Amino acid sequence: MITKRIIPCLDVKDGRVVKGVNFRGLGDVSSPVELAKYYSDNGADELVFYDITASAEDRKLFTDILCEVASTIFIPLTVGGGINTLEDFDRVLKCGADKVSVNSGAIKNPQLIDEAAKRYGDQCVVISADVKRVDGKFRVFAKGGRENTGKEAVSWIKECVERGAGEVVLNSIDTDGVRAGFDLDMLKAVCDAVNVPVIASGGAGSISDFITLFKKIPDVSAGLAASIFHFGEVEIKDLKRELADNGISVRM
Amino acid sequence: MVAIIDYGVGNLFSLKSSFAAIGVEATVTDDSDVLRSADRLILPGVGAFGDAAAKLRTTGLDKVIIDEVGKGKKLMGICLGMQMLLDKSFEYGEHKGLGLIRGNIRPISDVIPEGLPIPQIGWNALRIKGEKHPIFKYVNDGDCVYFVHSYYASDCDESVIADTEYGAPLTAAVASGNVCGCQFHPEKSGKVGLAILRAFCEM
Repeated sequence: MITKRIIPCLDVKDGRVVKGVNFRGLGDVSSPVELAKYYSDNGADELVFYDITASAEDRKLFTDILCEVASTIFIPLTVGGGINTLEDFDRVLKCGADKVSVNSGAIKNPQLIDEAAKRYGDQCVVISADVKRVDGKFRVFAKGGRENTGKEAVSWIKECVERGAGEVVLNSIDTDGVRAGFDLDMLKAVCDAVNVPVIASGGAGSISDFITLFKKIPDVSAGLAASIFHFGEVEIKDLKRELADNGISVRM
Repeated sequence: MVAIIDYGVGNLFSLKSSFAAIGVEATVTDDSDVLRSADRLILPGVGAFGDAAAKLRTTGLDKVIIDEVGKGKKLMGICLGMQMLLDKSFEYGEHKGLGLIRGNIRPISDVIPEGLPIPQIGWNALRIKGEKHPIFKYVNDGDCVYFVHSYYASDCDESVIADTEYGAPLTAAVASGNVCGCQFHPEKSGKVGLAILRAFCEM
């Protein structure tokens, strides 16, 4: 049976990996190439790179790093951040990305999903949604979690999948950086609504959070996290061993 | 030298890099002379079957491949490249493949239980069938490889050298004579994937 994936996420700015708490207070962690290699050698099933820079100059630096990563490690790479056009898809795919995740770019222009899926295939297009509860309703936020779009999250994600997104990264702003566990209610709502793989993001603080995630929401395909891996608090190998001991299928 | 066939479909960067990682010279090319002079051919591919098959035909590379395989050259198809080795595909209509391996490409939704995500995306275990094919020389039954697909090879029982369980058995790899193919991505399957590419180069 297919295994549950463990995915470290690397937010890259100025050529370095950073991770914020609730998207603020970024602190430098390490070199993306070193971290990527470390993760690949130690059991990561996939890597996600978010380009959180804005200038064209930094974007070039990011793609250079991506090329370097893609020529040294051989597990799937997803790239997100600043993806607004088909040219952006092309730019990162040429550097060795396998999947491209769209967030604000799709909110601005949902047609981007249709066009990218048509050109590169559904499997290439990942919809990444930053979702937060507002008055008890799941709302989609844009611009790195700063702007409430007013869109209802589940219907937005459904629309993206209908347009051709082959995978969903659901990042709960409510639990992100809090390290008290994944947002199970939000994940359940999304898993029930779509028939493509859903990746849980936001809230991982310990090994038991992953066990709870896969036990409580068996439809979730993968768990994504950043800081607990970057700071060495949780080794992916240990995490996978404990998942396996708990009857959850993982790649050892 | 390994020639990776470039017919304008998909991303060949990782594939080329993975041969570099195992110390094998590989060239990405659409030049039929280079394909003819290569020791081995790789037919990659992602995206839709119909478009890819049309591209292969309009570039005339389909004939070069069939010719070279006929002369005994070893060929590995990867993902959509594997699917194109077969007779035809039912992805958005009906499209003719290269016909190097008997069988058809059908949607996985035909055989897997409702509710499982489509595409199958992720790492799944190889179940090696029959006598271990030479491309699996360095891998073991149960090793995980990375899949991304919504269609699978069917009606090709005699050529299946490995399958995988995704609610139903799905073809993971096929082989017939000097032609083989992987539904999964060896260039994205870590050490196991590199070991498969290495074994192919030693075949």
